[in-house]
Amino acid sequence: MRLLRSLKWAAAGVAALTLAACAPSTAPSQTGGDDKTGTLRVWLFDEPNRVPKEKVVNEAVKEFTAANPDVKVEIAYIPTSPARHEKFKGAFNDPASAPDVAEYGNTDLAEYAAAGGFADLGPDVASWSEGKDIGADLLKSATVDDKLYGVPWYIGIRALYYRTDVFDELGLKAPGTLEELAATARAVRKKKPDMYGIAVGGEYTFGALPFIWDAGGDIDKLDSPESRKGVEAYTDLLSDDVCPPQACAALTGGKTVELFASGKAAMGILGNFSRSAVDAGPAAGKYAVVPLPGSTAGSPAPAFAGGNNLGVMNSSRHRTLALKFVQLLAGKTYQVKMYEAMGNLPTLTSARQELAAKDPFLKPFLDTVAAGTRFVPVHPAWVKIDNQKVIPTMLQKVATGQATVEKATGEAAAAVKAAFER
Amino acid sequence: MSTRTATTAARPAAGPDLPARRARSRSPRGPRPWLYLLPAAAVLVPLFGYPLYMLGLLSVFDYRQAQVSGGEPTTFIGLANYAALLDDGRFWAILAQTVVFAAALVLATLAVGATLAMVLTRAGRVPRLLLSLAAMAAWAAPAMTGSTVWMFLFDTDLGLVNQVLGIEGFNWFYDKWTAFGVVGATVVWHSFPFVMVTLYAGIQAIPASVLEAAALDGASAWQSFRRVLVPMLRPLITIVVVQSIIWDFKIFTQIYVMTNGGGIAGQNSVLNVYAYQTAFGSSEYGLGSAIGVVMTLILLVVTLFYIRALYRKGEPL
Repeated sequence: MRLLRSLKWAAAGVAALTLAACAPSTAPSQTGGDDKTGTLRVWLFDEPNRVPKEKVVNEAVKEFTAANPDVKVEIAYIPTSPARHEKFKGAFNDPASAPDVAEYGNTDLAEYAAAGGFADLGPDVASWSEGKDIGADLLKSATVDDKLYGVPWYIGIRALYYRTDVFDELGLKAPGTLEELAATARAVRKKKPDMYGIAVGGEYTFGALPFIWDAGGDIDKLDSPESRKGVEAYTDLLSDDVCPPQACAALTGGKTVELFASGKAAMGILGNFSRSAVDAGPAAGKYAVVPLPGSTAGSPAPAFAGGNNLGVMNSSRHRTLALKFVQLLAGKTYQVKMYEAMGNLPTLTSARQELAAKDPFLKPFLDTVAAGTRFVPVHPAWVKIDNQKVIPTMLQKVATGQATVEKATGEAAAAVKAAFER
Repeated sequence: MSTRTATTAARPAAGPDLPARRARSRSPRGPRPWLYLLPAAAVLVPLFGYPLYMLGLLSVFDYRQAQVSGGEPTTFIGLANYAALLDDGRFWAILAQTVVFAAALVLATLAVGATLAMVLTRAGRVPRLLLSLAAMAAWAAPAMTGSTVWMFLFDTDLGLVNQVLGIEGFNWFYDKWTAFGVVGATVVWHSFPFVMVTLYAGIQAIPASVLEAAALDGASAWQSFRRVLVPMLRPLITIVVVQSIIWDFKIFTQIYVMTNGGGIAGQNSVLNVYAYQTAFGSSEYGLGSAIGVVMTLILLVVTLFYIRALYRKGEPL
């Protein structure tokens, strides 16, 4: 008996000791360096059409290594899917496997900033000759608590694509208000039952947000009467006489692009970056673009100013080199090259103006920018709201008839509030 | 170590009550059983104990991304994560739907597996070989691959099923119950081979004379299955049931892949997907761990009750 008892005591003692000694581990505090030689590791996002991007980037790498012969640049392409979060978290937690430079979506910024993963580039950008060419609005989308966690590299703006051939055939005009948009979409579906009036999706957050913003609502007050009006207007399109919920309730933004590009929809809320995808499908050459209309004619619905930044990791051992590479990629020469290859809108104002003069395709997107853009909350809560699919769930519940607009928006507002409170 | 030797040395001095104790419990209480357990424990404790310990530990901390990467200090918050969970209506809804879905899956897997095991025993050589091969292929298919293939089969526009049935455009994943049905079929397809093979092996081990005697006594096929085979296979059935409960309660891949992380408006979410999304999607590692602990406890309780119920019936394993 004594043996058992002493064993028990020993076990209890060991357990108590371990409990007292251990809290969950935390990554070692990150100290970077400023080596002038070695390998510069860069993470860029993989794209559906990566080849043109890779070409431009390789050109930049060549130019960079010619100027810095002791440096090797290693580019890795990482997925844009939610798996990117794991990649980045891994990089923050284990500096040894982290890159020096990384491209990231500006909606993820707040979460990454709270994690302390990226270095403050404020002074560096302020003293950079081309840095002043970046608009204040755009710099703000890379700023948390007065610290600039990256250089805005490009932006994407969504507008309304529509099929000119279908509209001509049915004698329709490009809609000037959201109300007209709904009526036009219904008219198309009525006369062409195998076509969707407009490609909208239950998981297309950035397609739905302009409707909410235009009505005067916002993400942090989804249960306000204004937001409800916007939700109602958007989910109204997710109905059998426009885009049937059976087919459209589960669609993401990317899937609506496919739908429009494949010729199954007469309209779509697509970005300037979707141009190459549409040009590769049967809708090529048979479409035009206007700003997504608002509730009053002449004032477009506020678009979401999504985009990607280039950041330097806190743990980077090559700070100066990393910054130089960022400035090369985000400089005017390569921003213009990236636009020509990918259709990504430059963040440098002068580059944008230059391109607008050359390419009339850009006009509706730049008009949309000029009318004012909006952004998601720069707060770690946004990543949570996005990951919990708060807005898609709200839209889908209404579209499938699982809940009324009041109930769905109420639940969503509660979820948003909970995300901000933690 | 020194304690142990000292105690062992002191043991004879324990004197008179020793034989009595020996008689009461058949196995001698010495260090020896512990020693025998040591090799197994050396493997199992680090492999299972440590992750479980970490899971429990994380669940009592406010541990999010900022804490992991050192941006904010980690704080002990006691049972606050559990309290948040109990307050979460969505957790309860998903828990209920997970339990019901898992129960249906266990029953379906057992029914299909047992039926096909019986078919195997009756089938001729070639059909038996074909059936075993097909089952082995289903078993060997990684969950990811199987789910994707089934998803293609049930695709709205291009799926074979819709083309054969002539219902192109029907979205199987739109309605909550048809979505659960398709996912459930995939899960059963993945897991019945284990049940089938285990039971088939068990049936093969039963002497033919027993079944022959039953037949001579006039038992029908169903009767000899119900009254002879099932009782003799009970230990195997227990293992199969416990395994199935554990697998089906922890179902993840099929739901995550086929319904794109929980279906329209999250209607097809199950506990494991919810835990994953909480822990890794929302970076709420503490809260996600709490869900994991709750899942582990539920599984432990269910399994223990099941095994205990069998003992109660006086039919030891």
